[in-house]
Amino acid sequence: MNWVNAVIQGMLLGGQYALIACGLSLTFGVMRIVNLAHGDLAVCGAYLGLVLSSALGVPVWVTLPLLLPAAFGAGMALQLLLFGRALRHGVLAPVLVTFGLSVMIENLLQVAATSDPRGLSGGSLALASFHITSGITVSWLFVTAFLTACAVLSGLQLLLSHTSWGRKVRATADDPDTARLVGIRVRPVFATVAGIAIATAALAGVFIGTIGTFDPQTGTDVLIFAFEAVVIGGIGSLWGTLVGGVALGVTQVVVGEVNQAYAVLAVNLLFLAVLTVRPGGLFTSRQVVREAAGQGAAG
Amino acid sequence: MTQPEALLEITDLDVFYGDFQALFGVSMAVTLGCATALVGANGAGKTTLLRTIAGAQAASAGAVSYGGSDITAAPPHRRIARGIALVPEGRKLFPSLTVEENIQVGAAAAASAQWPLQRIYDTFPMIAQRRRQRASTLSGGEQQAVAIARALAAGPSLLLLDEISLGLAPVVVEGLYETLSGLRSAGATIVLVEQDLRRAMDACDDLVCLLEGRVALAAPVADVTRDQVVAAYFGEGRP
Repeated sequence: MNWVNAVIQGMLLGGQYALIACGLSLTFGVMRIVNLAHGDLAVCGAYLGLVLSSALGVPVWVTLPLLLPAAFGAGMALQLLLFGRALRHGVLAPVLVTFGLSVMIENLLQVAATSDPRGLSGGSLALASFHITSGITVSWLFVTAFLTACAVLSGLQLLLSHTSWGRKVRATADDPDTARLVGIRVRPVFATVAGIAIATAALAGVFIGTIGTFDPQTGTDVLIFAFEAVVIGGIGSLWGTLVGGVALGVTQVVVGEVNQAYAVLAVNLLFLAVLTVRPGGLFTSRQVVREAAGQGAAG
Repeated sequence: MTQPEALLEITDLDVFYGDFQALFGVSMAVTLGCATALVGANGAGKTTLLRTIAGAQAASAGAVSYGGSDITAAPPHRRIARGIALVPEGRKLFPSLTVEENIQVGAAAAASAQWPLQRIYDTFPMIAQRRRQRASTLSGGEQQAVAIARALAAGPSLLLLDEISLGLAPVVVEGLYETLSGLRSAGATIVLVEQDLRRAMDACDDLVCLLEGRVALAAPVADVTRDQVVAAYFGEGRP
């Protein structure tokens, strides 16, 4: 029964990883930016949730209608003012810019909020749980995080597959130069994608802060797990990101059941194994791999 | 007799790629309702000229005027909204999008709705059957048809076609040119880059020959012989 419990808890944990990772996957899939500040931006979301919920005296969920649009706007602004400019200077510039942003955010948070660990108040939901069987108890908060991840991923997938905006995003991801040539305005497309990515990061940050604690350095750990989920799932594949997150979560909890000390090591070994056997990730279409290889050869 | 109305007028155009100058003081005019063949050897600047008209390439000097207003600095989406659509060299479809999505993307900044999906499928029956397939799974000829359809979806008044016969079987090219003559009789203004001189001269009213980034010859097709064009093409009879 312990094993079944471990797998279930691992899957639910994986949902959280996927929620953090989907914005990273989207940013990389569309803009070819590896946003090294993604985890820190998620943590900023958690701090913003803390500020808003204590200022208004309400549980953090109530602040989401304010928090998510703010994060969306911040993402758009970052893309228009920073990432978009960096993209014009080759593939390395965005990496340096987002790395610099990550360092800046962590240090600014350190100054503004000290390095004390904080937590968010999730109201009664945060403490509630239910029994599946006598041996398996599931936290409502974990279930909510998992279902939120599924809802966000489905919503994004629907937007991308079935709307005119989604068509433009996919066309731009395929070939930005030709997209411009057929009349797509690439800058607004990129800005909205970045806005959505940062909004999902902030939402994930709120779950991180409600489920556990966070401090200014949390973003780095968050980024590593998110990045591994994206790579395992296959770059640019949203459902792959969910599978990647779940694979990470299950590995972490199941190995942790044997020996807690090896849990994170096992996750990193899984990542290494997938990279070795399927460098494109589990769900990348062959075409994407071929194009990436072609670009590598051309560059 | 009055001068026929020029839809597109290019004056003293210079275009650079970094330090490399691709076009030197190019001037040409495209008459409303006419087809202009743009010919020249590889590297003569034909594709550069088309891309500059479409707004994908910036001009460093000179002017592009369209329908009487200056569009030299306009971005591509503005030009498409005014009715200029380019079928790029190498087709450049969006491989992960379906055929229909490729065409719909072409309509994103459409100048007019004169080419709804149904009319496009009537014109290109072979791609109607493949509308739900990914563009990357199509044959070269079908992909070229989709590339033309994508440009038509923008409802263009001026259609720029870059090497639409490249790498295609002669029978497929024949089909594409039949479609083209259909478009022409419907009143489209066309600028056509074509390697095959005979085909270009058969399909067009006017001819412009580029040589090393300069206009070597510009005349109505009826007024020049094939030998004159070939001479201009290779720069013969020049110092």
